[in-house]
Amino acid sequence: MSMFLHEARLKRQSIFDSLFRNLTRVAAFSVLVLLAAIIGSLVIGSMPAIHAFGFGFLISPDWDPVNDQFGALVPIVGTLITSGIALLIAIPVSFGIALFLTELSPRVLRRPLGVAIELLAGIPSIIYGMWGLFVFAPLFADHVEPWLNEHIGVLPYIGPFFSGPPMGIGILTASIILAIMVIPFIASVMRDVFDVVPVMLKESAYGLGSTTWEVMLRIVLPYTKVGVAGGIMLGLGRALGETMAVTFVIGNAHELGKSLLNPGNSISSALANEFTEAFGELYTAALIELGLILFFITFVVLSLARYMLYKLGQREGKAA
Amino acid sequence: MNAENIVKPRVTVRDLNFYYGKAQALNNINLDITEKKVTAFIGPSGCGKSTLLRTFNRMYELYPKQKATGSIVLDGKNILDKNQDLNKLRAKVGMVFQKPTPFPMSIHDNIAFGVKLYQSLNKNDMEERVEWALRKAALWDEVKDKLTQSGMGLSGGQQQRLCIARAIAVKPEVLLLDEPTSALDPISTAHIEKLIDELKEDFTIVIVTHNMQQAARVSDYTAYMYLGDLMEFGDTSTVFTNPKRKETEDYITGRFG
Repeated sequence: MSMFLHEARLKRQSIFDSLFRNLTRVAAFSVLVLLAAIIGSLVIGSMPAIHAFGFGFLISPDWDPVNDQFGALVPIVGTLITSGIALLIAIPVSFGIALFLTELSPRVLRRPLGVAIELLAGIPSIIYGMWGLFVFAPLFADHVEPWLNEHIGVLPYIGPFFSGPPMGIGILTASIILAIMVIPFIASVMRDVFDVVPVMLKESAYGLGSTTWEVMLRIVLPYTKVGVAGGIMLGLGRALGETMAVTFVIGNAHELGKSLLNPGNSISSALANEFTEAFGELYTAALIELGLILFFITFVVLSLARYMLYKLGQREGKAA
Repeated sequence: MNAENIVKPRVTVRDLNFYYGKAQALNNINLDITEKKVTAFIGPSGCGKSTLLRTFNRMYELYPKQKATGSIVLDGKNILDKNQDLNKLRAKVGMVFQKPTPFPMSIHDNIAFGVKLYQSLNKNDMEERVEWALRKAALWDEVKDKLTQSGMGLSGGQQQRLCIARAIAVKPEVLLLDEPTSALDPISTAHIEKLIDELKEDFTIVIVTHNMQQAARVSDYTAYMYLGDLMEFGDTSTVFTNPKRKETEDYITGRFG
């Protein structure tokens, strides 16, 4: 009798077990379904534009809703340049932050500074955008851009990139705001990977008479290069897709100016600004295709990041 | 205190006290390290032998709240002096650690790393120096065809010899070995012990070891430490066969520790 009861319970358990397993499986696969559905609807939605402009969409700088002429070059370039400059600024600053936090900072400062960085990462992007527009851009226009015009704008080769009206909003301002936004991400990843460097390895380098700087640059950085690259990629992924903060300060002009002080546009801010006013099938389709392009760029970047983190994990496995 | 040395002491430790914050880890240590001999520090875990070793190149300076008082005289200068240049000190006093710590770079660059900090050798001189160091560390024959490969790809024993080569490439006067074989298999350990015997022709060696047989095999002088005190110090043969103190005898014969 008790044997029978026991079996019944086992059976019930196995039913629950398989039910639970299938539920989790459905949850997991729904991610794939969602991903496919989003890609699918982006592709279908952009079909009219793909048919009308073909490959030329990617390399045409025209954006003329009145005459139904669309090209994605300006926002693509704007997205890549703002993200690129943002990384140029963010990487050394983040490295400095991580270096200070792991090697130089007094122990009492480590936690508060680490928490501050995490808080910075948590500030909603709209706040960065407002701050950028109302506080940073006017200061930048009054104090920094005239200086850039006068001192760097006159130099050969790089001069043209820094001349132009000091309006405060433009590609460079957007890049700087982006840099401020991605610094906490990159800095906290760098800090985490620097922290896992074996103490003995660092001591060996100190033991040969290296300075802190030499140890960081020539031992810690090479040892953690894969993780550092992964952190940078995560920052880049955020910079590429960032919408609100950029929209506030980039100027939203479909122009391919040489100067970084000129207003420009990025994919995400073009989408945010123009979707409400997009009339006509082709306009909408062109915007959706922009979205598809952004999706593709971000996808490539994040895949690279995943791959690098995977390699890092592999190496840690070997070392252990 | 020390045996009848004919050779002058290379390093003289006087009234050395060491503190981790408020906790005292070394109590009034006095000892002489003899030139071109091997001196071993033995004792149970936590006795202060590694702490003592790490005062010789002031490695403890990396950590706040660790401090040493007293004097450690090398070449007529107290290396604990505030104005002692740490980088110069570490060029004179090399160190090898419990685990192999190859740098994430090629075998050649591992050796060249330390040399480049102090000297700007041209390419030929540098290659000669690298070969010299690798030969001294009995590693040359195994790696001469793969100097450009990563040092992290070598076996554990080879990595440790690479670290020894890296330390001696700077041509230090004193070589500190902090349990250099504790992470190695018996064959690699035997290699390193043989190497230590050869290296004492050129260098003054101080070794910390958990392994008493190792101390007996490789060292000329032995210091037995316990709870931060130097209990006994003298000729290795004397310490092992005819210790003056009961505690030393108990430890050596395995009755304690």
